[in-house]
Amino acid sequence: MSQHEKSQNFLSKIKSNRKKRFSEDSVFRATVLLIACNIFIILGLIIFKITQGAWLSIQTYGIKFLWGTTWQPFPPDPTVPPSFGALPLIWGTLITSAIALLLGVPISLGIALALSEFAPKSFNYIISFFVELLAAIPSVIYGLWGIFILIPFLQNNLYPQLQATLGFLPFFQGTIRGSSVLTGGIILAIMIIPTVSAISRDVFAAVPNSQREAIIALGATRWEKARIVMGYGRSGVIGAIMLGLGRAVGETMAITMVIGNSFNMFTSLFEPGATLASIVANEFTEASSPPVYISALMEAGLILFALAIAVNASARLVIWRSTRKIKEAEML
Amino acid sequence: MRYKIEIQSLSAWFGSKQVLQDITMRIKENVVTAIIGPSGCGKTTLIRCLNRMHELTPRAKVTGRVLLDGEDIYGENVDPVTVRRRIGMVFQKPNPFPMMSIYDNTVAGLKLNGVTDKKRLDEVVEKSLRAAHLWDEVKSELGKSGASLSGGQQQRLCIARALAIEPEVILMDEPTSALDPTAAAKIEQLIRILAENYTVVIVTHNMQQAARVSDFTAFLYLGKLVEYGSTKDIFENPKSELTEKYITGEFG
Amino acid sequence: MRSYRFRKLEDLIMISLAYAALIIALIPLASILVETVSRGLPAMSFSLLFEEIPPLGQSGGGIGPAIQGTLIVVTLASIMGIPIGVFSGIYLAEFRQSRLASAARFLNDVLTNVPSIVLGIFGWAFVVVAIGWSVIAGAIALAIMMIPIVTRTTEEAIKLVPLTIREAAIALGVPQWKTTLTVVLSSAKKGIATGILLAVARISGETAPLLLTILGSRFWFSGFTQPTAAIPLAIFNFSQSPFRTVDLPRAWGASLILIFIVLVINIILRYSTREKYG
Repeated sequence: MSQHEKSQNFLSKIKSNRKKRFSEDSVFRATVLLIACNIFIILGLIIFKITQGAWLSIQTYGIKFLWGTTWQPFPPDPTVPPSFGALPLIWGTLITSAIALLLGVPISLGIALALSEFAPKSFNYIISFFVELLAAIPSVIYGLWGIFILIPFLQNNLYPQLQATLGFLPFFQGTIRGSSVLTGGIILAIMIIPTVSAISRDVFAAVPNSQREAIIALGATRWEKARIVMGYGRSGVIGAIMLGLGRAVGETMAITMVIGNSFNMFTSLFEPGATLASIVANEFTEASSPPVYISALMEAGLILFALAIAVNASARLVIWRSTRKIKEAEML
Repeated sequence: MRYKIEIQSLSAWFGSKQVLQDITMRIKENVVTAIIGPSGCGKTTLIRCLNRMHELTPRAKVTGRVLLDGEDIYGENVDPVTVRRRIGMVFQKPNPFPMMSIYDNTVAGLKLNGVTDKKRLDEVVEKSLRAAHLWDEVKSELGKSGASLSGGQQQRLCIARALAIEPEVILMDEPTSALDPTAAAKIEQLIRILAENYTVVIVTHNMQQAARVSDFTAFLYLGKLVEYGSTKDIFENPKSELTEKYITGEFG
Repeated sequence: MRSYRFRKLEDLIMISLAYAALIIALIPLASILVETVSRGLPAMSFSLLFEEIPPLGQSGGGIGPAIQGTLIVVTLASIMGIPIGVFSGIYLAEFRQSRLASAARFLNDVLTNVPSIVLGIFGWAFVVVAIGWSVIAGAIALAIMMIPIVTRTTEEAIKLVPLTIREAAIALGVPQWKTTLTVVLSSAKKGIATGILLAVARISGETAPLLLTILGSRFWFSGFTQPTAAIPLAIFNFSQSPFRTVDLPRAWGASLILIFIVLVINIILRYSTREKYG
């Protein structure tokens, strides 16, 4: 065999190898693709199945379901058909989430600043672990703790004082109940702190040091430096808050255990209430009949699903845009 | 001409690594003093010790004295924040606040002190931007973001920002190293003009730049002050062999 | 004019407030841990761990079936969820430029944020309606919770594998699929394990989806198509009991076991990620 033939031979061998390899690789690609497609399938199935289940209720009550204020699976008069409306649930979800943000966000920002700007680095490591541990504690344990430790404390100490000082506001009037909307909001506040503080801390840590040096060189105090850091990370922080909101909206167990579970268009925060999630957890297993009852619960679940997705998707959009902006600023 | 800054046996560390060894030098008022030397020689650390920025790095340590108008800025009762108000700084990379307008960037330092008088702020903005030779380019768009300017304009904005708090000394840490030659030339011109009213200390790794802009030059090598004198002497008759080698480009 | 003294004071106050926020957040954590240990420890016993669950209000017995049920449901969920998660993660990392991959990545994030109770409704509508309250229904709901977590961490772990390692293998003539499945996966295995552990920790404490799928039971496991008990469900049921003197100690005992599991997993996670950051 001549030298030329040898090399030709060798080349063709490589070529055939490459072909085989190419097909092997495309089989591999197809396989992982197929498995990854499960994500599409699962999400599609979730939407389909829940919409299907809620269809009866959607057909029966239409758009009025969103602002209806009755929840009567078994009307006292048996000739009257059951009726369902979700407004008090949406109201409960929004108000408890709002309380959670109102109380949880300032605390979370304080933690994030303490960890990224004020505290020494060695201290951060262990403290971040503890704060993240708050996220790891199961929701049902929050609920148990809420019932037997938080509620007695709030009911006997904080709430009477709150009513004594702010009782002129409609939100703090009436009989004080431990299992109430306010307690639900407080427990949600505790539960969103790890989410909001961890993301905000990461946002602050990503602020370029040159920004800090710039303001310090102008004679800023540590707090004034922190304000520049917050300004720079503003949109990232908004994203973090919205992720916290997403968590608050979807949280189920803990709030079911402390909110009092009453279908109630409340005005005072000391009244019991219910959320989209809590009513499902509380009534679903007992709602075997009539069929429209379970369908109404599923529609509540569907609204919750849409709400959670909308909140989280916009949160991700905000975070994505802010990190892109920071990256662009660094490129200059 | 009197001395504005007196550095007395200044040493600095990062953790256990000593980066400045027993530096003693006096910096004259209203002149440009350049600090040159190969990278890693401690020149940036030296000027960061002059406005107490060095100590912000974790595990950093400083010993010795730095007298500003005869008063030790490392003295026991001296607050670093007040020191930094008298000594402005311009950094290697332009670092305007991107969330603020050009106007707000310029007066960021004043606003820390709660100056809210619109007339006063307007005056300071114009005066500082004029002094930084940026006014004519931006006067019609003061509301635009500081990040929308070009690199050279951003650096002049940072200079205006430093001037707005009316410092006595301006520290510049390789202010042109991130800029193109045209933008750098504008900054150099500006530095010469600033020296009429301010004491300027500039760190540079560019020897031609030091020769062009400075009146005095200090050569630092491995954390030690090798030679310090008028720029003319350093570049034409260096006393130390090390300086000569560096100037002629034999190393670094 | 803000005087310097005012700014100094403001600085002091704001920094104190930031530290105060830290302390405020740690109070509930400390309280939960202390209360669970101090109330759960006295309830701890051999029978609590290994005996059947008595009816509410009746003394004796334990939460044996709940521990067993949690182990079974979590294992089954892992068997379903981990492979899908890992392979989806491989797909996202290896074919990251494709448009399909970015769509999948986005939907994966969406899936992460589906409230767990909604997954419970899905498990009910998808499985329970067909075969009744069952272990399988619960495992499917939990598997869906795991998938996005495992997918994301696998993707991140594979992205961290240096290009040089990959190139070295490809230069030796190893085909891409083999490179990925051997060289890349083995350098990323620690990150992937972390993700799996994270997902397991997350689902072992979940209650809401289980409520709508496995229903809960007082008895030992009796088949994959039957209802079963689980620790979080048992805690919930005990907490709702009117017979507090009998059932509450059990609730705290079960909480202690659950917290212990979650804590151990989290400490392992912390320890294993520490090395990465030095």
